[in-house]
Amino acid sequence: MTGSFLRKRSLWVIATLVVLFLFPVFLDRFYVYLAAIILLTGLCATSLNFVLGYGGVYQFHHAVFYGAGAYGTALMILKTGLSPWLGFIVGPVVAAMLGFIIGLICVRLSKLYFGMLQISLGSLVWAIIYRWYSFTGGDDGIHGVPLPDIISSPNGGYYFTLIVTSISMFVLYRMIKSPFGSALQGIRDNPVRSEMIGVNVRLQQLLALTIAGFFGGVAGALFVVVDNTVFPDMMFWTVSLELVIMCLLGGWLSYLGPMVGAAIIVLLRTYISGITVYWALALGIIMMLVIFFLPNGVLGYLDRFLKKKARAR
Amino acid sequence: MLEVTALSKSFDGFKAVNNASLSVKDGEVVAVIGPNGAGKTTLFNLITGVIRPDGGKVVFRGKDITGLKPYQVCRRGISRSFQVVNVFPRLSVFENVQVSVLSRQKKTWNLFAPSSKFAVAETEKILENVGLTDVGDATSAALSHGERKVLEIAIALGGNPEFLILDEPTAGMSPEETSRCIDLIRQLKEKLGITILFCEHDMEIVFSISDRIMVMVHGSTVIQGTCNEVRCCQEVQDAYLGGSDVCLM
Ligand SMILES: Nc1ncnc2c1ncn2[C@@H]1O[C@H](COP(=O)(O)OP(=O)(O)O)[C@@H](O)[C@H]1O
Ligand SMILES: [Mg+2]
Repeated sequence: MTGSFLRKRSLWVIATLVVLFLFPVFLDRFYVYLAAIILLTGLCATSLNFVLGYGGVYQFHHAVFYGAGAYGTALMILKTGLSPWLGFIVGPVVAAMLGFIIGLICVRLSKLYFGMLQISLGSLVWAIIYRWYSFTGGDDGIHGVPLPDIISSPNGGYYFTLIVTSISMFVLYRMIKSPFGSALQGIRDNPVRSEMIGVNVRLQQLLALTIAGFFGGVAGALFVVVDNTVFPDMMFWTVSLELVIMCLLGGWLSYLGPMVGAAIIVLLRTYISGITVYWALALGIIMMLVIFFLPNGVLGYLDRFLKKKARAR
Repeated sequence: MLEVTALSKSFDGFKAVNNASLSVKDGEVVAVIGPNGAGKTTLFNLITGVIRPDGGKVVFRGKDITGLKPYQVCRRGISRSFQVVNVFPRLSVFENVQVSVLSRQKKTWNLFAPSSKFAVAETEKILENVGLTDVGDATSAALSHGERKVLEIAIALGGNPEFLILDEPTAGMSPEETSRCIDLIRQLKEKLGITILFCEHDMEIVFSISDRIMVMVHGSTVIQGTCNEVRCCQEVQDAYLGGSDVCLM
């Protein structure tokens, strides 16, 4: 039974990947760009959910690591003569280090206090990037980051994003299913009991925060590839709010929930901001609707709906 | 094996545990009895590092473990169950126990191999021992209160402890569940050789499975001795067993 289910699931994954690979064949350039943005934003939301949904850590300012990955990559490429590929490693590593440092400072605090301090420290990082004209370009950001040839075309960038996102999603999934992931979910459910069964809760969370920072940074590096720019508002706190909403909207207890949430939010943002400037208002309304009508997110709702149907049969 | 001396803890000036002492020898079953609010749970919290004592000493296997963190205490070989059910609500019953086994096997830093490869046989064995095999896939929300209390013990057993602390293991159980739980505790002692410290309100249970009993009132140790010594102790009768001066059976 589980065997056929597993095979079915891997079939779904393969089918989805094939469709995604074919996107550039039958979609316009703009939609290919949009698909790449959805993928990398979804990866960023999934990395947030690694600590939020699976770790129970209130990481309210995850966009900082997204920004750190993007700036790390862009600055590495611009300011050193080294291979641009190195930038794609340095960006995520910088984000992971930042994740470790902010985690180290915050991890002693519980729940909401963690979230509040994390927002303040993240905003501090944002302010530094924003003010430091000579190094980061300040509020202008950096435009036209030179990229290796094979990923500098729109399709090349898309394929690079697709491949890196797929690998990252796979790695994160493996981590959630690993003993480390089991311990992490135990901590989410009951930190006191976790400690009592011999788990060093703070250290375990700190590693999770570092990993989440790393993959947030990977998403940021991918943004540099897809959009060719970095700007401070990538790590403004409203972006973090959007990431949290993506997790809640898609379903923070399902692995693909944040990816689904990212797709919905990115599409809505693209189309609604075409019609009105009140995107923030729309976001607030979405948030409210989710809390009232989809407390387990879209995937959580689908899951329950399908189970009900299966039982009725 | 465990030696507690003059342990104290106050909450805002209220002495919840006041100069309590206790000794448990290898292989013994020791009961702590005392009225509600006597400080039994607080005593267990102090031993296991959930809260730090104001004064006194806890020595386990000759080593001072006073003030260690709970995970450090656990790694020394002490596991415990809680009076109020304290499990992992979103994990299945199987996973509840598995995570405890994984932690003891020091696998929680393994990031890439699937959990399903580890600790499975041992987890299944524990579930079988405590009789939760049939509900392994359920979450704790689907269990009866009695089953949840058993899960409490099963999680503690995941640590393969030498020393097990049970805080009112049978509280709220039906009579059948209670007798099964008592059998389980006896088995843990006899088959696995686990040393057990527990507290319990039902005197019949206490007298039937304990080797020695410690009586606690207002946070202090009144007496620690064999069942007979405790039964006949005047102070215990005055303070706890209702003030009758007849030596209780
Ligand atoms: N964390 C705490 N803060 C304040 N008072 C507490 C705390 N824990 C226990 N107490 C108090 O300490 C006393 C002993 O409680 P407890 O150890 O739970 O007793 P028992 O388990 O013997 O019923 C009670 O009066 C309780 O109100
Ligand atoms: Mg108690």
